[in-house]
Amino acid sequence: MTRKLNLRIWRGDSTDGGLQDVVVEANEGEVVLDVIHRVQATQMGDLAVRWNCKAGKCGSCSMEINGKPRLACMTQVASYSEDETITVTPLRAFPVIKDLVTDVSFNYRKAMEIPAYEHPKELAPGEARMEQVDVERSQEFRKCIECFLCQDTCHVIRDHEENKKSFAGPRFFIRIAELDMHPLDMLKNRKRTAQEEHGLGMCNITKCCTEVCPEHIKITDNAIIPMKERVVDIKYDPARMFAGLLKREKRN
Amino acid sequence: MTNMERHNYDVLIIGAGGAGLRAAVEAREAGLRVAIICKSLFGKAHTVMAEGGAAASMANVNDKDSWMVHFRDTMRGGKFLNHYRMAELHAKESPDRIWELETWGALFDRTKEGKISQRNFGGHEYPRLAHVGDRTGLELIRTMQQRIVALQQKDGRETGDMESHIKVFAELTITDILKENGKVSGAYGYWRESGTEVLFEAPAVVIATGGVGKTFKITSNSWEGTGDGHALALKAGANLVDMEFLQFHPTGMVWPPSVRGILVTESVRGEGGVLTNNIGERFMFKYIPDVFKDKYADNEAEADRWYLDQDNNRRPPELLPRDEVARAINSEVKAGRGTEHGGVFLDVSKRIPADVIKKRLPSMWHQFYELAGVDITKEAMEVGPTCHYVMGGVEVEPDNAAAVGVPGLFAAGEVAGGMHGSNRLGGNSLSDLLVFGRRAGMGAVEYVKNNGANPVSDASIKAATARIEAPFSREGGENSYSLHAELQEVTHNLVGIIRTGKEVEEAIEKIADIRKRSANVSVAGGRKFNPGFHLAFDLDNMLLVAESTAKSALRREESRGGHTRDDFPGMDSKWRQVNHIASFDGKQVNVKAQPLPPMPKELFELFDIHELEKYMTPEEIAKGGSN
Repeated sequence: MTRKLNLRIWRGDSTDGGLQDVVVEANEGEVVLDVIHRVQATQMGDLAVRWNCKAGKCGSCSMEINGKPRLACMTQVASYSEDETITVTPLRAFPVIKDLVTDVSFNYRKAMEIPAYEHPKELAPGEARMEQVDVERSQEFRKCIECFLCQDTCHVIRDHEENKKSFAGPRFFIRIAELDMHPLDMLKNRKRTAQEEHGLGMCNITKCCTEVCPEHIKITDNAIIPMKERVVDIKYDPARMFAGLLKREKRN
Repeated sequence: MTNMERHNYDVLIIGAGGAGLRAAVEAREAGLRVAIICKSLFGKAHTVMAEGGAAASMANVNDKDSWMVHFRDTMRGGKFLNHYRMAELHAKESPDRIWELETWGALFDRTKEGKISQRNFGGHEYPRLAHVGDRTGLELIRTMQQRIVALQQKDGRETGDMESHIKVFAELTITDILKENGKVSGAYGYWRESGTEVLFEAPAVVIATGGVGKTFKITSNSWEGTGDGHALALKAGANLVDMEFLQFHPTGMVWPPSVRGILVTESVRGEGGVLTNNIGERFMFKYIPDVFKDKYADNEAEADRWYLDQDNNRRPPELLPRDEVARAINSEVKAGRGTEHGGVFLDVSKRIPADVIKKRLPSMWHQFYELAGVDITKEAMEVGPTCHYVMGGVEVEPDNAAAVGVPGLFAAGEVAGGMHGSNRLGGNSLSDLLVFGRRAGMGAVEYVKNNGANPVSDASIKAATARIEAPFSREGGENSYSLHAELQEVTHNLVGIIRTGKEVEEAIEKIADIRKRSANVSVAGGRKFNPGFHLAFDLDNMLLVAESTAKSALRREESRGGHTRDDFPGMDSKWRQVNHIASFDGKQVNVKAQPLPPMPKELFELFDIHELEKYMTPEEIAKGGSN
């Protein structure tokens, strides 16, 4: 069951580029990454594309397919109609290096800004005891394969380069949430720094990130919204404000 | 050599999977400056693909487990060809390495008492694999990656520069390990993004580059598994040991063609999945070898009871070591009892409720549903053998992972040989990465303290840069993609899961021919992120690996673990006494036999003498160990 497929590929680099049309064979059961590889092996030896596992586990082959952020290895050719042209373009939120490869170093810089896990000092290796139900909340976020599709689709940075400085993006909100919900993490105020230093407040919960997540992590519902709610609680909690007043009085 | 970048470090680590990152942590914690090289982005290494878990005798689920039992299982799985000392260190140190991950933030699945849960796996006598659903490798790589970041943040607080002591060089390929005066002096390579050449000066280099799967046609490995470290080490004067032993994982996907080879985790069988042929027969009962008869159930009733009561029943034969299961599937398919697409059926749907399958095997459910349109909670999977792991690798000193014969060179993880003998048990890879990654880091630290910097000479740089420029200077030469496809055909057909002397000889000739033609590979386009250019170097590495494998396989006239000779179907105690050592003389790979170090008395005595009699010669038994 081989058929001819019309593929439109963005080719170029940071200076210039455009869409190029190719016709390529597609076999039954193939995914978009397969046909890109066929183009590479037979027609465009220097076509740049990132990939690794080809099984949806490493998050390398992120690109935009017909305008939607997707993993090329998990996108079946058969999910498009036979006469449809499939257009593949690089992730729009990040600078192009060449063809389908973009500079995603923004994400690694942000990763370095999130304070690391802090293990309780009194707990020696092997002594930790945690309930399964308690680790599962963080485990959902640790499923993240760092494909950065959520970052790509997030409108806070997708077309607003100027926001990148003060906004970590959905991938790192789930990282903060994961640490915040970690049963043993000792570092305080993760939610507050999410708001004050990593731009949590700029997210207006349109759930675009949840929609594109190939791991089906409920980024908005399970990480961002609970953190936003708690930040509000902390900032406007009457009990806390009252306690704060008392403290101040005592000090005075 | 225009625009060549130059960097200076104490330790250079090639490879950013579990072993490389663990080595980096160790070297940094000892105060050294470390560079980590990854061929792809940081955090994408093949470790991420490990599904089932990390084996460590923490005895959280069955308190009879101990390092001695783990050691015995490992030796048994490797058919006693393992380096005893590596298997011993691994069994003893794995629990500490897993617990340490927890102090760095890892979140393993838990037992009812809140300890780290452990699951059953092929060849392991007790539930032993620490796991996170079926994405344990991802947890391991992320934890290590985040540990590196934690150390960088600490450095940032102390020095004002987060990258002052550990820097990750992502998407960079190393093409040569450099030596001066017989000792390692650094390495040379290029940025994949720009093609710009990079020189690293470092007195110690740790190779942690993983496997060689891409040498074969059907593999579970990603594009990175091109044997880079194996070839770099060979060319630097190190030896490769046991290269005839390749693990064909019994269960890879077989349909559709584009996903052929992708791994189906052994946990599917650990959780109760059964293998059947096209007439509905649960065929594994027919394939229990004599050496395992007392440990595996020979009837369905007992095999089924084992899932509920492991103390009073023998294990189901689906959980035999991987080589046995892979050969059994191969035989069933050859006998015409395979599925439509040339595999067998693996079914978990009849034994486990749908919601439990989705919880315990989430990524398998996802993988089959998205890629094959199969709902594994309702129907069987089609599976067949896929090239998964190379037992062979750089010959190292067990205690410090130092490559034999090359001062300053270290190797850990899949690229190192010896630990797994002729066959690796599932779950022993992730723990291997941690145990020997750490030891390689320690070895490098010790070496750097005793040996200062070893500056790289201009002549070495000139030679390395000439190699990189060569493919661009040729025009109209061979295409690296088609040569790679040709090599994969040769290895698949002639040095694959079942071998004969005649076919292996043919393979050696064909590999030599491809190698000759590969010297004439030309590359279209420029240096900037050019996959054709990258493959030209990968191809060179894969050819050296394939040659080592074929030449070692030709010499070993027996069948053992991941080496099956149709013309020598039996296991022979004489052959257990030798390893094959491959070295490179600049023109070709040469293989020689080398005696296996004998097990010391205290380890020898951990085994039942009747079991050892199945593997060892009467003379060895009479000696009773080496001390």
